[in-house]
Amino acid sequence: MIKAEHLTKTYGPLTAVDDLSFKVEPGEVLGFLGPNGAGKTTTMRMFAGFVPPTSGHAEICGFRVDNDPIEAKRRLGYLPEGAPAYGEMTPREFLEFVAAARGLRGNDKQEKLNRVITRLNLGPVLGQSIETLSKGFKRRVGLAQAIIHDPPVLILDEPTDGLDPNQKHEVRELIAEMASNKIIVISTHILEEVDAVCNRAVIVASGKIVADETPGSLIRQSRYHNAVTLKFSNQDSLQDAGNTLRAVPAIADIEIDVDAAAITALPRGEEALLEPIGNLVQQHSWRLRELKLESGRLDEVFRRITAAGTG
Amino acid sequence: MKFFGASPPQAPGNTALNMDVIKVIAARELRGYFATPVAYVFLVIFLAMAGFLTFGFGGFYARRQADLQPFFGFHAWLYLFLVPAIAMRLWAEERKSGSIELLMTLPVTLWQAVLGKFLAAWGFTAVALALTFPVWITVNYLGNPDNGVIFAAYLGSLLMAGGFLAIGSCISAANRNQVVAFIITVVICFGFMLLGFEPVLGLLAAAGLPQGLIDAIAGLSFLAHFQAISKGVIDLRDVLYFLLVIATWLYATTIVLGMRKAD
Repeated sequence: MIKAEHLTKTYGPLTAVDDLSFKVEPGEVLGFLGPNGAGKTTTMRMFAGFVPPTSGHAEICGFRVDNDPIEAKRRLGYLPEGAPAYGEMTPREFLEFVAAARGLRGNDKQEKLNRVITRLNLGPVLGQSIETLSKGFKRRVGLAQAIIHDPPVLILDEPTDGLDPNQKHEVRELIAEMASNKIIVISTHILEEVDAVCNRAVIVASGKIVADETPGSLIRQSRYHNAVTLKFSNQDSLQDAGNTLRAVPAIADIEIDVDAAAITALPRGEEALLEPIGNLVQQHSWRLRELKLESGRLDEVFRRITAAGTG
Repeated sequence: MKFFGASPPQAPGNTALNMDVIKVIAARELRGYFATPVAYVFLVIFLAMAGFLTFGFGGFYARRQADLQPFFGFHAWLYLFLVPAIAMRLWAEERKSGSIELLMTLPVTLWQAVLGKFLAAWGFTAVALALTFPVWITVNYLGNPDNGVIFAAYLGSLLMAGGFLAIGSCISAANRNQVVAFIITVVICFGFMLLGFEPVLGLLAAAGLPQGLIDAIAGLSFLAHFQAISKGVIDLRDVLYFLLVIATWLYATTIVLGMRKAD
């Protein structure tokens, strides 16, 4: 288990992290979300023992980072923001160094090295200096050093930043594969990622936690949750249809997008809209290109929550 | 296939001054020197300058004496500019590239990191110093020097280089900019050298400082202790002086890093 207890960090008059308290249990993949400058990186750095908290403390597997930094760090795999490395070294030299500094020796070290090299497909670039690698490979080298000692806790600061969609997918698979018996905390501002890999989403704004829920329940807070979007084949009947829909009691509001010839109907509370709208479509013989039930929009929830938090 | 098991990480005992970890850090650092041309450029400049000063300015032949006083006499001046050039990158570079965050979040203590990097730099100057062996061969070919004195002077020179390096390590830890680190280090090292100069001491005496204080200030000088050792008398106090200077500045390095490693 990892734990933040009233974690606070101030830089002069600026409070970067403001009295954060939370726990993460094994099996949880926590997505740490928030606008830039919300305190995500500072919080992770306090867990990693890189930034000392102004007050409060972080704890990793029962070891306090301030009192027992070595034991805490030993149980942590950490990918710093931007995946820094020693540019003049090759990935093999670099990983050998990290493994040795983490106390791995002999066969055990070789085995673990080979395992991460295979897992992150670093084979083709092993002999090339890290500074000449593409962003994607650099990130993977950073991930490799974080997991080389098979730690029970992983804290990854923007692990998929700068990766192409295929590489993002690979990293997400890797995280999903490790998720069952580890504690994983990732920070990101890619919202789809939270939905894809996390089973818990913590949103911070101005150093405070403003939401701590599953991605599913976060999405349910969206006003678009269970909304129905109708895309018409032309714009002719758009206004008529809009008026008809507005009259339906279960519909709270509608949004008309004239250019796309689309109407989005937002439900009142938990009302189900698909069936009544389906009936209307038949009744009025609307010609549709598409009829879609929305699960919700994370970015909208994110904006609403973080804007309220900073306001 | 399950890739990761649930095995907890097991590492050998990692006490505050585990030599193993220090060795790992020092080896990485030292390898870093030779990964770029910096190390070779430094070695060439050091050896060329040492030779030029000894034979050109030192009157090595004209003195018609089989010793290496002209050679060692210039070491402090060589170090004044060359050692800060090695030291400036020690921490400033880690800070600039962000790798300091990686190093500081590995299970190593500040002392291990500081000592490891310092030992690498010191080892490198030891290599540079050792490569001056042709001078030693020359003097042995030309006459019968007291090799004990020469050995003592080499030891003193290495200790003095360590002192300069430790100062540079601390200044490098406080600065992200290597050029700034270089200049400040040169200034401080120059100060430590000046303390032992007769004209400076004379100036202090003229200013009416008590003799005891002047002696104390002169006692802090790199030059005085180096000259004492290089005469062939390895006094424990002189050796201790340099080790203490090194320890003090390295301790200051850990404090500076602890305070502002993330800045």
